[in-house]
Amino acid sequence: MNRFFKSCTALVAITAFMGQTTVAFAAADMVKEIGEGEGEVSIVAWPGYIERGETDKGYDWVTKFEEETGCKVNVKTANTSDEMVALMNEGGFDLVTASGDASLRLVAGERVQPINVDLIPSWKTVDDRLKDAPWHTVDGTHYGVPYQWGPNVLLYNTDVFKEAPKSWNVVFEEQELPDGKSNKGRVQAYDGPIYVADAALYLMKHKPELGIEDPYELNEEQYKAALDLLREQRKLVGRYWHDAMIQIDDVKNEGVVASSSWPFQVNLLKSEDQPVASTIPEEGATGWADTTMMHVNAAHPNCAYKWLEHSLDKKVQGDLAAWFGSVPTVPAACKGNELLGEEGCATNGFDDFEKISFWRTPVADCDSQDECVPYYRWVSDYIGVIGGR
Amino acid sequence: MSTANAAILPPRSGPSGAASDAFWRHPTLLLFLLLTPPLLWLGIVYLGSLLALLAQSFFSIDHFTGRIDYSFTLDTYRELFTTPANIDIIVRTVLMAASVTIASAIIAFPIAYYAARYARGKWKALFYLGVMLPLWSSYLVKIYAWKLILAQEGILNWIFHKLHLYWLMDAYLSLPVIGGHSLSISYTGTFLVFVYIWLPYMILPLQASLERVPDNLLEASSDLGAKPSETFWNVIFPLALPGAIAGSIFTFSLTLGDYIVPGVIGSSRYFIGQVVYAQQGTAGNIPLAAAFTIVPMVIMGFYLWMAKRMGAFDAL
Repeated sequence: MNRFFKSCTALVAITAFMGQTTVAFAAADMVKEIGEGEGEVSIVAWPGYIERGETDKGYDWVTKFEEETGCKVNVKTANTSDEMVALMNEGGFDLVTASGDASLRLVAGERVQPINVDLIPSWKTVDDRLKDAPWHTVDGTHYGVPYQWGPNVLLYNTDVFKEAPKSWNVVFEEQELPDGKSNKGRVQAYDGPIYVADAALYLMKHKPELGIEDPYELNEEQYKAALDLLREQRKLVGRYWHDAMIQIDDVKNEGVVASSSWPFQVNLLKSEDQPVASTIPEEGATGWADTTMMHVNAAHPNCAYKWLEHSLDKKVQGDLAAWFGSVPTVPAACKGNELLGEEGCATNGFDDFEKISFWRTPVADCDSQDECVPYYRWVSDYIGVIGGR
Repeated sequence: MSTANAAILPPRSGPSGAASDAFWRHPTLLLFLLLTPPLLWLGIVYLGSLLALLAQSFFSIDHFTGRIDYSFTLDTYRELFTTPANIDIIVRTVLMAASVTIASAIIAFPIAYYAARYARGKWKALFYLGVMLPLWSSYLVKIYAWKLILAQEGILNWIFHKLHLYWLMDAYLSLPVIGGHSLSISYTGTFLVFVYIWLPYMILPLQASLERVPDNLLEASSDLGAKPSETFWNVIFPLALPGAIAGSIFTFSLTLGDYIVPGVIGSSRYFIGQVVYAQQGTAGNIPLAAAFTIVPMVIMGFYLWMAKRMGAFDAL
């Protein structure tokens, strides 16, 4: 039996080694030219990211692409970054719209291939702030094309807050809100381990003695302080949100008056005449920046490259930003888009880029300190915090 | 010689005749042919996938890349049973399943008793219909409807306000553990919805077992001078118990595995079903999800074994 396991381990070691060599091979073998389309392309995407006019006729950036290139677009939606990583590990997809907390994991797991930006004419129109962003560029190699980005805003009820709250403390510390009642039970937090970074960002400003430089790079002591803050928050939070529509319902029916949120929910609530608005408090905010990445074994590379080019089209970028409440990665999309309007980019946070700490996967081997707490501990500990531990 | 010839008939002609002869001579062949497809189905599709699941739980995951390391290890089980948060989740789920089961049995008994022993004719049909009706509408619609009923600004609180009884609700919600910020954000809310959703599965087997209690036993009991309460405890209850246990298998196991109700109603604290869903679907941690799945399987195994000893399967 023992020998059986030994041979199993050896087998695993060999497979791992072979995996590495194939990837080295793939990296050298980056796509050099785009040929004829293969007739289809399959994409893993956030809900609402790839619309073909089925929800609302005005929002359609797929039909035209299919007509022009002959590549039929198949979409598989995923609700969390972890789900996206799992789907890409399974394989069978060409592209994925990965957030920063998934992209590096995909690169490290050798699930995505480098992108030859010379083959994408619109690459030069991409926002300079994003071209070499660390969540898709590793050692100078681009592993994807920026798609959209946005902040995790503080949603608040305008009947309770006559002025926008200045600090995230309304969701982190028990206090009396301007309407004279406690915030206990009236705030929400995000039900995802990456939310630990929001606590770290808050501590960065309020407990400078901890010396946090980057909310995604925490040593044991800083991490413990963040968890302690989240444990205090647990007493204030009735329910954590993970589904945008449930959060919308909670704002309408559960008396939630302040919460971390996405512009998506804020825009939807405003369209229903709910008294809400959003702000980015003085501590700054976390945010997401999504990159379209290509699977290492993509079966339809030509159609995939055609989609990458199409995804940077300024009409697509502007329409998507209007639909999702996000910010285009192509600044030219902000002007002259009917759906987004002239103020759309500013409303969704175009000028707040500097205030945002973008989602990244926390890794043990980090830049700012010797050793950081890795992501898998964030996952199990955050489940514990929500459970009252 | 001639009698022997007459006793052994000549073989029948044609393939179907030959097959018929062969089956008659070798009954085990017929049995084998008839049983193979269902046994293959059970063995491969059902037991095979269970074993595959069990095998997955002995692998581990590379926590950064999320790829599974296919070598034998007990690390996943160690992680499952040494993390206090995981123990919390198991205890929380089992307690919820147990209380839902007990409450369902208490509520279901009078309903089933009336339906089985008093309702006649069209009333009986109406009773069956009333019990079954909730099962015909979508599970999700029912849960979201309950979310609105129990919400802070929902109809239940509105009624309490109108009756000037809100202090009562407030006092209840301020209780530790079972209280919360509103009913839809508390264990009580999760509990109520579970009871509502699974109640029919308790009523139906209970009703079936009550219908089989012979009238003459009840008459004999009262003839012998037993008070109604004595008749209940000594005659009706023991005879209905197997039905209640059969029902409890449904309510207990369904609550143990559900992941949608606690996701929509409750205080975001995880239940086993949710962890399995989160670990396999979103975190891609199949080994831990598999290990978590083994827990309710073991619990249900014990439960069924005990139920069998109490005769629950005689009422099915």
